[in-house]
Amino acid sequence: MMVLVVGAGRVGSAVAKSALAAGHTVSVLDEDPLSHERLDAGQTTSWEDAGGRFTVGTAIEIDALMAAGIEEADVFICSTDGDNTNLTVAQIAQKRFGIQRVIVRVLDPARSEWYAEQGLNTICPTKIAIEMFKNAVLEPVER
Amino acid sequence: MYVIVVGGGKVGLNLGRELIRNDQEVTLVEQDRRTYLRIEQELEHAVQYGDGTELWVLERAGIQRADLVVAVTGDDEDNILICQVAKEKYLCERIIARCNNPRNLQHFKLLGIGPAVSATDLILNLIEHEVPGHGLVHLLDLPDEKLEIIEVEVDAGAPAAGMQVSEIRLPEGSLIISVLPRGKAGFVPTSDTVIQAGDEVLIVLDPGLEQAITSQFAPNGAHG
Repeated sequence: MMVLVVGAGRVGSAVAKSALAAGHTVSVLDEDPLSHERLDAGQTTSWEDAGGRFTVGTAIEIDALMAAGIEEADVFICSTDGDNTNLTVAQIAQKRFGIQRVIVRVLDPARSEWYAEQGLNTICPTKIAIEMFKNAVLEPVER
Repeated sequence: MYVIVVGGGKVGLNLGRELIRNDQEVTLVEQDRRTYLRIEQELEHAVQYGDGTELWVLERAGIQRADLVVAVTGDDEDNILICQVAKEKYLCERIIARCNNPRNLQHFKLLGIGPAVSATDLILNLIEHEVPGHGLVHLLDLPDEKLEIIEVEVDAGAPAAGMQVSEIRLPEGSLIISVLPRGKAGFVPTSDTVIQAGDEVLIVLDPGLEQAITSQFAPNGAHG
C-alpha cells in the first residue's frame, strides 16, 4: 500500500513512521525542509535509508502533490496544522485524484462533524481531548 | 439585501463600505483583533470579530438569512471553505470568492465555488486587451449563465477577412455583437457589414465554441 502523508508534524511524522515500519510505501510532503528531522528522530537509520520518501512543497500546489506521488497513493493523510488547508487538500485528493481512503485531521469539532457527514474521514483530536477531560473531571474523587 | 463579507483587509473593508453606502445591510467578519478594532471605529456594529471559517461565527453573523456571502480573505483555502459551507450547509444562494493565487482557481472550480474572482487574472486580461497582436481576449465569463464574450482580431489571411457578417461561418450559439475597426469607434454591425483584416470583433457565445469561432479569424482557418 502507498501512503501519502501531508504535514510532518507530531501526528503526521509518527503515523508515517508506523506505516513504514508496517511495511508500506510511505511518502511525506511538508513545506518546511526542517520537518524532515522529525522523521529521523529516534530511528537508527535515516528516513530515506529506511525506504521513506520526503518532498518539500506546499500541500495545495498540484505540482507538489504530484512530486510526492499522489497519483500512486492508496491512502492520503492530511495532518498539517491548518484545518482549512487539510479540508481543501483532502477534497482535492478525493475528487480530483479519486483516492478512496482520505483521512483528514480537523481540530474544530463542528466542522469535523459536518465534513464527516459530507463523506470525509475526519479525525478530531479536540473532541477526543474533550471526552478525556470530561471523564477525568467527572470521575468520583476518593477521600 | 443582507451581505456577509468575510475578511476585513483592503478588499473587504472597501467592499463593506460601498455596500453600506448603497443601503445594503452588511456584516463584515474579521479575525485579526487589531484590524477588527481599527475598522470597527468606522463601521461600528457592521463589523464582527471572529474566524469566519468557524460555523458558530458565521451563525452569529446570521448566515441563515444571508442573501450573499463574499469571502475575500488573503487565504484561498479559507475562502474556499467559507463559500463551501455557506453554499452547502447554509444553502446560501449566492456566493462570491476571492482567489488570491490564480493557480488555485482550479481548486475553486473543482469544488464548485464560483464565481471566483482573481485580481491577477483580471489585470492579465486587461494587459492582453492592451497588447496588440494577441489573438483572443476573454472579456466576460459567466459559467453559470453559460455565456462568454470574447474579442478577436481578424488576421489578414483569415477566412472572415473581407466577408460580410452574414457570410461568416459561425457556429450556432454565437453572434458578432460589435466591430472595432483599427483606430475608429466600435459599432454594432448589420448582416451586410464587411469585416476587414485588422478589425477587432466582439462575439457573444456559448462556452465551448471558442475553437470553431477563432478558426474563422485566424490565418488560413488555423486553430488559434
